[in-house]
Amino acid sequence: MSPTDPIAADPSGADPSPAGQALLTVRGLSKRFGDNEVLKSIDLTVQPGQIVALIGPSGSGKTTVLRSLNGLEVPDAGIADVAGEVHVDFAASPSRAEINALRDRSAMVFQHFNLFPHKTVLENVIEGPVQVQKRSKVDATADALALLARVGLSDKRDAYPFELSGGQQQRVGIVRALALKPQLLLFDEPTSSLDPELVGDVLDVIRELAGEGWTMLIVTHELQFAKQVADQVVFMDGGRVVEHGHPRDVLVSPQHERTRQFLRRLLDR
Amino acid sequence: MQEPIADLLLRSLLPLIEGAILGTIPLALSSFAIGLVIALGMALMRLSKNRLVSGIARAYISVIRGTPLLVQLFVIFYGLPSIGLVVDPWPSAIIAFSLNVGGYAAEVIRAAILSVPKGQWEAGHTIGMSRGRTLVRIILPQAARVSVPPLSNTFISLVKDTSLASLILVTELFRNAQEIAAFSQEFMALYIEAAVIYWVICLALSSVQGSLEKRLDRYVAH
Repeated sequence: MSPTDPIAADPSGADPSPAGQALLTVRGLSKRFGDNEVLKSIDLTVQPGQIVALIGPSGSGKTTVLRSLNGLEVPDAGIADVAGEVHVDFAASPSRAEINALRDRSAMVFQHFNLFPHKTVLENVIEGPVQVQKRSKVDATADALALLARVGLSDKRDAYPFELSGGQQQRVGIVRALALKPQLLLFDEPTSSLDPELVGDVLDVIRELAGEGWTMLIVTHELQFAKQVADQVVFMDGGRVVEHGHPRDVLVSPQHERTRQFLRRLLDR
Repeated sequence: MQEPIADLLLRSLLPLIEGAILGTIPLALSSFAIGLVIALGMALMRLSKNRLVSGIARAYISVIRGTPLLVQLFVIFYGLPSIGLVVDPWPSAIIAFSLNVGGYAAEVIRAAILSVPKGQWEAGHTIGMSRGRTLVRIILPQAARVSVPPLSNTFISLVKDTSLASLILVTELFRNAQEIAAFSQEFMALYIEAAVIYWVICLALSSVQGSLEKRLDRYVAH
């Protein structure tokens, strides 16, 4: 998306027609929990290989967007399309199988890691490939070890999660997601529950992945990181996309007062 | 001439141990195994969002826990024949004990399942697992660790409760003790001997529990 994209300042607008097939297209995503309308018609387009940072105050709905794409929440309306191959219309009360088909295109990295405590690092990583994707254990193990080596955790393959630092646990969480070979990586505040000195390690891993062409949707409060890594920043507030566009536009010269307020508050901390 | 107590105790040791090995222990083991299956089913039903399903489980647990085991045993062995269902002593005992364990262990298992953080269900889901597979591979192994101490208590209680089966003519440790006691008129000696054997069995079980807990604790920070 070009920085001069007029859409960047238009909260209701659709994205400009992309050059090729978008990897992810979300239109009109809406969700309410009882009286609380957490998503009010969210539109989102992610091109293959793009890194999209979702920012906004807590309760703005950013996490719910991710969770909806991963089948952890089922929106009330809207569509989600992955690469034109999986298409779910939430208003048409999709079956579990349809939602699972959508889920299988992405993998989630959780704020609180959610590693399986009763399994070793290696077992955590190969659980999905072996149990769900039915890949051979030898094959999945070789892949898993290569991924663990890349995040510097080769020597921890037989450790249990409780034996790892938070930063190490989150790197295992990332490797567990990568091992599924998803088209789309979803990060839900991946560094929010880490001690400050451990944040860097995890961000470095994500930065490296960005360089390798993974398509990622990242909910984050790390604005500096978003500015450096993201191709697109989406600012959400009150269940809506307030503005989106190139990080320079949204983070440096935002068009909307609400965005300015939010950024000011974060910078004042 | 009456034989000395020591000789009587020694001579009755074999029949009592035989009663334990052929009666008490297999009765407890089989009832516990079947009871756990019932309990898991009841725990899952109890957790169901369907109110009828969870209501059935709730009622079952309430009845089992709210009525004496001896009464449950008598209903099955002495009660059912009056509606034309005659059940032999052994099956009667296994049915009664299994149903009983099912009621008590259901609450233990339910609580253990609920003690596993919701994020674990989500993590299972995100790597593509169905609810059933997540339950089996992710949730139950973690719930097992939590439920070992309370389930061990249930099992130890069950071992002692199998003595009630003597009242429906099942040949087990206590029934053998009663028979020898009645014959020799040495009630005190025989019943204490029986008590000691129960105690030894339970001591052994406690140590099994200890090592099981240790094994399952290997992935928890201390």
